[in-house]
Amino acid sequence: MAFFKLVKMTSTGARIGMGMVLITMLSAVLAPVIAPYEEAEVVADVWLPSGEGHILGTDQLGRDLFTRMLYGARNTIAIALLITFLAFLVGVIGGLLAANVGGWVDMLLSRIVDVFMAFPALILSLMVLSIVGSSIPVLIMVIALLDSTKVYRLARALAMDIEVMEFVEAARLSGEGIWWIIIKEVLPNAMPALIAEFGLRFCFIFLFISALSFLGLGIQPPTADWGSMVRENAGAISFDIMTPLWPAGAIAFLTIGINLIVDWFLHRSSQIRAQ
Amino acid sequence: MTPLSQMVTKRLTAGVLTIAVVSIIIFIGVEALPGDPATAILGQQATPENLAALRKELKLDLPPHVRYFSWLSDVAHGDLGRSLTNQRPVAEMIGWRFWNTLFLAAAAAAVAVPLAIMLGMLAALYHDSWLDRLLSISSLSAISFPEFFVGYILIAVFAVKIGILPGVASIHPGMTLSQKLVSIILPTITLMLVVLAHMMRMTRAAIIGILTSPYIEMAKLKGIRQGRIIYHHAIPNALAPIINVVIMDLAWLVVGVVVVEVVFVYPGLGQLLVDAVSKRDLPVVQASGLIFACTYILLNLTADVLAILTNPKLRSAVR
Repeated sequence: MAFFKLVKMTSTGARIGMGMVLITMLSAVLAPVIAPYEEAEVVADVWLPSGEGHILGTDQLGRDLFTRMLYGARNTIAIALLITFLAFLVGVIGGLLAANVGGWVDMLLSRIVDVFMAFPALILSLMVLSIVGSSIPVLIMVIALLDSTKVYRLARALAMDIEVMEFVEAARLSGEGIWWIIIKEVLPNAMPALIAEFGLRFCFIFLFISALSFLGLGIQPPTADWGSMVRENAGAISFDIMTPLWPAGAIAFLTIGINLIVDWFLHRSSQIRAQ
Repeated sequence: MTPLSQMVTKRLTAGVLTIAVVSIIIFIGVEALPGDPATAILGQQATPENLAALRKELKLDLPPHVRYFSWLSDVAHGDLGRSLTNQRPVAEMIGWRFWNTLFLAAAAAAVAVPLAIMLGMLAALYHDSWLDRLLSISSLSAISFPEFFVGYILIAVFAVKIGILPGVASIHPGMTLSQKLVSIILPTITLMLVVLAHMMRMTRAAIIGILTSPYIEMAKLKGIRQGRIIYHHAIPNALAPIINVVIMDLAWLVVGVVVVEVVFVYPGLGQLLVDAVSKRDLPVVQASGLIFACTYILLNLTADVLAILTNPKLRSAVR
């Protein structure tokens, strides 16, 4: 199978990364099946240690931490993935269009992107959230739009390089439309770099949402989410109870996994280019 | 005008323009409140008297462009308005918190910059050795860690288990410098680890890029000693990209400080901004957002200008 062939080609680091991502993804998908309790069900006393029917103990309201972790994976990853897809949709279409049409379209889009990139993303989103209030649709829109600027830069730069190749010129001379050229000629050639960027972008977005939730301005309770779980349980640490380290560690676990894969992928594609 | 000063002027103009646009965006933020901002801000407490008072406070009786310029001139004169929650002047609330934030960021930078450059050089010189692999794996992990994970681990180990360092970085004007430094040890380490990894990786990449370039190859073939190659040929040329990375990371550090301040309950500007956002205290959000954004833009501007100034090709054009 193609998948096993791919795994054979990878380095040890990338394989560990794949394992880490797979474990997280499986627990996200299977959360309702594996979880021993309901997402927001209060089952026992507050901040119980692990053991006795609660593998990771309980949280600040007496909910089962393991259950919350599983549902947290589900919610946080789903939202981060959705944002990454939206950011890529807007960024790639914008970038490829700017490179192909050029002229004032390119000029206008690029200047808008310049302004947004000059502004620190965390500060800008905090300001937007303070004005419109934090809700999941707002979060998705704001972060997707902010991150699409970075995707736009990459997609435009890639397309500019592909633009000048003979096969694009040939397609243009044979009278193909702009969308045909973008989809059939430019996009497939920009794909490897875009895939690596997708992994990295997902990591950034995932960490970003977690940071916002940790600050109390992201995903709101009672929805389980790793960032807000750290925030809610932070007080436990001064009583020598390690509850907040579980969700915080889970965030690190997933991002390390993805970074290991992306690192290998970038290394490999740079080697291919060098040959 | 020489090409060098032309480029610097161009970049400076772009920077000033960016700050102008950013200030307009921040100003429009409040304008964009759905409906009447005064009603939206007051919510349940919107009595006619309150509304009228707030409208006057926000200068809502004037047209937008007049309001923008009057806001801008107020800001330039150090008047940042009054907080909506406790009616205190924003400038007074921000004042010492801003210095606290700078103090923390400066402490982190003072440790991170020399350490990152040293480790980056070591990794580059001995690249593909076990030292390089170790540094590469640990820096990759450090980049993937959220700041609060590092922060709480440090608190759990040094403040709770061993109990030698304070877990809450409280700081007040009466403290001596050494007392202040002790209380910010843990947040400084947290902040430092986050930028250290990135700075180190970029330094390594810059030096490896130069060590593989043809003129270094030439120097080696001529039989010049390794040490002389590094100090006389590699470092002068690696300096420009490294300075650029360092300053860009400092800009990032100023923003990254927000989460770290919340973890350690440190009385800085980031903590204030987060509080203000959750209370929707717009004048405070506006002012602290503006300060953060301007610091970030100015540092990036400095990085770009230094990159232009240290570019050897442009230097020779001037001569």
